[in-house]
Amino acid sequence: MSNYLNYLNKESSSHSLAVFRIGFGFLMCFSIIRFWYKGWIEKLYLVPEFHFSYYGFEWVKPIGDYTYLLFIICFISALFVAIGFKYRVSIILFFLSFTYIELMDKTTYLNHYYFISILSFLMCFLPMNAIFSIDNIINRKQYLKVQSWTVDSIKLLLSIVYIYAGLAKLNSDWLFKAMPLKIWLPSKFDLPIIGETLMQYEWIHYAMSWGGMFYDLLIPFLLLYKPTRIFAFFLVIFFHIFTKVLFPIGMFPYIMIIGSIIFFDSEVHKKIIHFFKNLLLKFYDINKIKDLEKINLYKIKMQNLNLGIVVIFFVIQLSFPIRYAFYPGELFWNEQGYRFSWRVMLMEKMGYSTFKIVDQKTGKFFYVNNEEFLTPFQEKQMSFQPDFILEYANYLGDVYTKRGHKNVQVFTDSYVALNGRLSQRFIDHNINLYEIKESFKHKNWILPFKDEIKGL
Amino acid sequence: MYKKILFVTFLSILLIQCSGSESEDSDNTSAPAAYDRAKMLVHWADKIILPSHTAFQSDLNDLSSKTSVFTADPNQPNLENLRISWIKTYKSWQHIEMFDIGKAEEIYYKSKMNVYPVDESWINNNISSGNYDLDNANNYSSQGLPAVDYLLNGIAESDSEIINKFTSTENYKNYLKAIVDKMVSNTNSVINDWSTYRSSFVGSTANTASSSVNKLTNDFIYYYEKGLRANKVGIPAGVFSGSPLAQNVEAYYKEDISKALLLEAMEAAIKFYNGTSFDGLSSGPSLKGYLTHLNSTKDGSSLSAIVATKLETAKSKINELPDSFISQINTDNSKMLLTYDAIQAVVVLLKVDMLQAFNINVDYQDADGD
Repeated sequence: MSNYLNYLNKESSSHSLAVFRIGFGFLMCFSIIRFWYKGWIEKLYLVPEFHFSYYGFEWVKPIGDYTYLLFIICFISALFVAIGFKYRVSIILFFLSFTYIELMDKTTYLNHYYFISILSFLMCFLPMNAIFSIDNIINRKQYLKVQSWTVDSIKLLLSIVYIYAGLAKLNSDWLFKAMPLKIWLPSKFDLPIIGETLMQYEWIHYAMSWGGMFYDLLIPFLLLYKPTRIFAFFLVIFFHIFTKVLFPIGMFPYIMIIGSIIFFDSEVHKKIIHFFKNLLLKFYDINKIKDLEKINLYKIKMQNLNLGIVVIFFVIQLSFPIRYAFYPGELFWNEQGYRFSWRVMLMEKMGYSTFKIVDQKTGKFFYVNNEEFLTPFQEKQMSFQPDFILEYANYLGDVYTKRGHKNVQVFTDSYVALNGRLSQRFIDHNINLYEIKESFKHKNWILPFKDEIKGL
Repeated sequence: MYKKILFVTFLSILLIQCSGSESEDSDNTSAPAAYDRAKMLVHWADKIILPSHTAFQSDLNDLSSKTSVFTADPNQPNLENLRISWIKTYKSWQHIEMFDIGKAEEIYYKSKMNVYPVDESWINNNISSGNYDLDNANNYSSQGLPAVDYLLNGIAESDSEIINKFTSTENYKNYLKAIVDKMVSNTNSVINDWSTYRSSFVGSTANTASSSVNKLTNDFIYYYEKGLRANKVGIPAGVFSGSPLAQNVEAYYKEDISKALLLEAMEAAIKFYNGTSFDGLSSGPSLKGYLTHLNSTKDGSSLSAIVATKLETAKSKINELPDSFISQINTDNSKMLLTYDAIQAVVVLLKVDMLQAFNINVDYQDADGD
């Protein structure tokens, strides 16, 4: 108990949080501009007439042209977070707008988007603006120290991501079949130098599978432990740049690289802040800002409430990825508990699902042209994920009922291939999916996976 | 503890080293070669695409000259000669519809050549007004091979009445000549373009959405799924509408060649998949070869053979059908549906298993992964 209290009273330099805040804020700004610039707001959120929703969040939908406004809010709040202006309001706004965007359509689900959502949630409870922020100037106060747990909570979240990503790789496909890297790497034949050579070797596929597993499992510890820290950081840079070259993973590598800086000593963070100050001096004489009251420790108001929320947050974070254990069958196949669990670039899964609308009374049927309702990207994602298939089938049932068809039943002919195995039928084609509603219960209409993948 | 970490560090360095650079002492084990896509593209271009286009061009030229003969003197023998030439041309078209790439893609070649069912009233309007723009998308269903079908077989009940229409009004002659000329000029421009396009086609071996291998593989699958499976069988058999639409068969007015055309298309697809040259005399690198190559470096069943077998199964199912799909649809549509299922079985293998094995970028819009 006294250890616990001692830990709570431990102090760290507030510069660590400031560095993280600045890096996070500006990366998010860039990320949103990039998203917009690539035309994805329109392509992913405005063009599709149907959106796949998360269970319980069906009410979250794109809001027409106002969707752009949502991104603007998200951008401005990220910018304010970066500069530490009205920090608390800004980070809450960022968390809400960003999370809303992610909830609009699960077709675009990415682990790192989820990571940003929960990280920004955590940041709502941390005094990231204690130092080197506009808020300091407004309030005429700056804080030199923060409680250590605030810094450590970010490290913990990053570590959870890595370690669960590593644990997920402890399966027979990844380790003993080098799957899916054995599919992915040889297809990178067009990379300069290594494409036609290294990427084609089987032992490289194995080495990279095992290397990736060890990397994920160990990197948090190598970063935490001072003697290995510098080495670990170079490893982080190498690993993420390398994966960036190989795979279209967008902003994720940069987020992880910038994020890892939090593991360094506060001395390093002070130097970084010093560097920023020098940079600013070129534009504005910040030395003119005087008379900021220097307060030693930032005391969090309602500390117990804040801390309580953070503790519950982490309990959820630690338990959520293992919820799959409550479901029978192969996780990779059924995907019950697959998302929100740091299963990053873990499997190669492709499907093909067509839907049959049947009149129950007459037995008359016809097949749906998926292109009529889904974008190619949505169709691709729908084809191999059971919850997508169910939601789409229910939607089709509604659409055709509305169009005047009677006694509508919806069946699917669905085939899926996983990690290079031959495709097999995925969904029981005798089940009328229109009768089934989404729930957290086991989806017993998914046909069993005909092979076995051992491991976690 | 420290020792452990040191060991782990060492291990990580080792792994990174391994994955980062080729070790010096890896005696002469050279990397297992990636499939030679450049060679495959050359084979596709020189042995399949160009010869099939040239063959089509010469059949089309024959159709054009028979059209001149018929329009100069519309009589029964000339009509029959023209029909024979049209059937031959329609058959050789089945070998090139899948190559929707380069100039063909740019000018919507396949839409101008083979959209069916035709729009009869639109064609009749064009004929009577003599005023139309065949490059306009509205006219896709009033030109090309199906429109010739309509003019030669569908504008009247009997041959003598058809001939009568051509003798009595210049407009029929003009329209027939116009759409045949249009086919010739479109075909010429596609083929002429290949003389320059070939080098960029053959050189584009990367794994991007716009590279030749990916594009043509996509085209092939798309053609198989839409042009062959849906248009020729699925739609007429009512797979997408609930009730059969016999009027949507290919060569509806001639009626008795739908099977011949489908068979020809199936054979063309099989030849392309297997890498058989257009003349049937040689074979080269192919989707099948590529799959076999990938299978050889990966344990598991041989997908390449399964696809080939299922393609043959589909072909034999087609062979069981009568010459006229219309009568089959009207008497026992279930046979059409069985054929459809056999063709469909390959779609799954192509779209799921083959694309997964190639891991090629398909023309899905670009988006991040994680």
